[in-house]
Amino acid sequence: MTDEAAGDVVLSLEGVTRRFGSVVALDRASLRVRRGTVHAVLGENGAGKTTLMRVAFGLLQPDEGTIRLHGVARRIASPAVALSLGVGMVHQHFTLVPAMTVAENVALGGRGLFDPRAAAARVRDVATRAGLTLDADAIVGTLPVGAQQRCEIVKALARDVSLLILDEPTAVLAPAESTELLQWIRAHADAGHAVVLITHKLRDALAIADDVTVLRRGRTVFTGLARDTDEAGLADAMLGSEETGASRKPDIARDSARDHQSDVPSESANQSGGGVAIDDGIDALLRTLLTERGSTASSSGAGAPIASRERATVLRAERIRVQDVRGVERVRGASMYVRAGEIVGIAAVEGEGQHELLRVLAGRAEPVSGTLTRPAIVGFVPEDRHREALLLDATLLENIALRDAGARRGRMPWSALRAATADIVRDYQVRNGSTGLLARALSGGNQQKLVLGRELRDAPTALVVENPSRGLDFRATAAVRDALRAARDGGAAVVLYSSDLDELLLLADRVYAMHNGVLTETARDRDLVGRAMLSA
Amino acid sequence: MLTAAGTPADQLAIAPSATRSSGAVALVVRSAALAVAALLVLVLLLLATGHDAGAALAALGRGAFGSWYAVTSATLVRAVPLALAGLAVALAFRAGILNVGAEGQLLMGAATGAALAALMGTAPAPVVLVAILVVGAAAGGAWAAIAAYLRQRFGVLEVISTIMLNFLAQYLVGWLVRGPLQEPTRINPQSASLPDALHLPVLIGGTRLHVGVLLAVALALGVWWWLKETAGGFRLRAVGLNAAAAASAGRVRVGRTVMAAFIASGALAGLAGAVEYTGVTYALYDNFSPGYGFTAIAVALLARLHPLGVLATAVLFGALQAGANAMQRDAGVPNVVVSVVEATLILLVLAAERWQSRAAARAESAT
Repeated sequence: MTDEAAGDVVLSLEGVTRRFGSVVALDRASLRVRRGTVHAVLGENGAGKTTLMRVAFGLLQPDEGTIRLHGVARRIASPAVALSLGVGMVHQHFTLVPAMTVAENVALGGRGLFDPRAAAARVRDVATRAGLTLDADAIVGTLPVGAQQRCEIVKALARDVSLLILDEPTAVLAPAESTELLQWIRAHADAGHAVVLITHKLRDALAIADDVTVLRRGRTVFTGLARDTDEAGLADAMLGSEETGASRKPDIARDSARDHQSDVPSESANQSGGGVAIDDGIDALLRTLLTERGSTASSSGAGAPIASRERATVLRAERIRVQDVRGVERVRGASMYVRAGEIVGIAAVEGEGQHELLRVLAGRAEPVSGTLTRPAIVGFVPEDRHREALLLDATLLENIALRDAGARRGRMPWSALRAATADIVRDYQVRNGSTGLLARALSGGNQQKLVLGRELRDAPTALVVENPSRGLDFRATAAVRDALRAARDGGAAVVLYSSDLDELLLLADRVYAMHNGVLTETARDRDLVGRAMLSA
Repeated sequence: MLTAAGTPADQLAIAPSATRSSGAVALVVRSAALAVAALLVLVLLLLATGHDAGAALAALGRGAFGSWYAVTSATLVRAVPLALAGLAVALAFRAGILNVGAEGQLLMGAATGAALAALMGTAPAPVVLVAILVVGAAAGGAWAAIAAYLRQRFGVLEVISTIMLNFLAQYLVGWLVRGPLQEPTRINPQSASLPDALHLPVLIGGTRLHVGVLLAVALALGVWWWLKETAGGFRLRAVGLNAAAAASAGRVRVGRTVMAAFIASGALAGLAGAVEYTGVTYALYDNFSPGYGFTAIAVALLARLHPLGVLATAVLFGALQAGANAMQRDAGVPNVVVSVVEATLILLVLAAERWQSRAAARAESAT
């Protein structure tokens, strides 16, 4: 990249730091996007990809760092400023008005009088020049997702942007639509524009990108030419293997001391790519995780011995296929089994079908085909507890009562339920919990403990949990993990999905990686799991 | 563009309160506060419009509570349909169904009652009377079922469909009283008046207070108990609070619950119509209901959707309407003033709700 002329750099972010409270989302991250190229920004969930691009689009202000557009340092106070400077962004979650036509959506945010005919003509003009098929007069809400996305793109292009930022554009698309979009992105860049493609799909990135930047824990850990790297190199950079090679074992419980000593792991210096690897020191989070790993060894048995014991299979799925609400097949012939007394982890990046798979395993949805063995009652802890698990404006008592609400007949056994609620509040240490308190009044961690307590009441034979420690503080996270281990040790078959790979490897006895709707059993090895979930 | 986290977007602004307030005491305090607030608003309005507030209030008081007859035959008689329709609205809203069609369901109950009275002329009177009430309720439920089906099958917003069904019911009544159900002389646009034997029994001699008031009280107690103590009532409340959680965590069949609650709500409103027909008007005619089904929404909201609270607010609104007529007659104050008071009360209550939930949200984010 050094041989490129400075004038060709459309956007340059240098040393951008952004904190949210005590969390450092971006830590001196940098990015240089050249004209006429597709620049892929890669990273795990929470690596800071979207945050970085929000800074570029004026949605967030950096705490430190410089933003240059065409070589000129700029302060991008708002998306309006970004658009006026030629930076457009298409968000992962669309920002369209469903009841309006395509032309009206594109005209939104403009000034002066609205002329429907001129607006439609403008859309046709922009779409034709960009080579996108789009009906200007269609009502957006009636369009398929792919067309809605083209509408979002045209919306940005209509503002004459020279740089287009696309945040996970293929996440919502069917495979054929994805291919089409990627081809369009390539052509658009070839026409002299710049495109930033935020993604966690290595294959997409390598297929069309000229340049690749990898973020990890808010830092730019790799940047280079796509043609000089490969999936393995990028996966290494994304996952941050602390040692070169794949020798590191995840069950550090047994040798946590060694990890503590290697406090400054060296970045894989001999990356297979031709780019520059930037050293990444171990951060506080990793340290606490390692400390916790150390304590795990004593608090509960390590995974391997349990897995080797003969245990009954509680959950079994064979070649199941599951569709999402739109009828798109999300789970495409997945097979897995879970035995009593083990935690089985599902590793996947966002939107690989795990959402649908977990709900089928939990008995909250049904597959369209395949064989499924599951107990009548499966405990389920969804990641969005406010939406799916709790009645926020009801009491703790009523939230506990909710579990059997569907099948119950006749009177509510309130006094028995009150006793059960008091037990859960005590056993799971729901702080400040009293049976008559509204669930809304509890902190997130205590809400989660309540949900766990409810789902684990009467020791169900199977439990499905999805990102169980999302949004929780350290103490609550530890409590939730202890509860999961206790359930496992008590003989429950536990399925765990966590977008945090460290958490997954910490808790799981066995791991399946899920990629594009297909499950593959994978050794409990951070590198192998990481590779499998990124490119099965 | 920033994605909002945490708060469920589909929460009703009017969150049910039964679980947070501590029962009867809070309810009495609330009702008293509401009555005082109503009075204050009224006085301010009277002063602002240059009326003699003292004389007007005296007339209002006399009209509503001035005599035994006023209490029973003016206030309580008006409170009965308000209470029954108010229960209908409260039940639906508790299930997260915005049934604003109580007026239409009430009219269908009355119209079906009138049709039944014409058809069952020779049957024994008690049988016919009970049949009118039962079929009237069923008709209200069936009318609501149309909106319920449209919501379940096609996602039609019940706010729209029930309002439209109100108009349909209104015009249907207009046609009935000029066509098939018109009285024998064919002069007036109304149905034949109900024979004395088919009237709801008067509860207290010398007044117009009929046994419908007992029915309203019994049903309020019944709905209250059912919501609180039965699995079905709990499911209904859970669906109203968070349908997604009820379905996922509770394995509740949300569609069935919504359907049943919607129809039960319509049945209560239909019963209100049948009771009004057999207890007060004894005939069906245009403008059969002076907007009871609409006022019922206010009744339910002011009671914060609590079935027993509905009884209290129904009496309050009954008194206001009874008093309004006296005020117009004796003090020359237009009775729409009372409508303004009712509307102001609703706004006050909704603002208080909003403020409370914001305070709760602040407390939540502070932890």
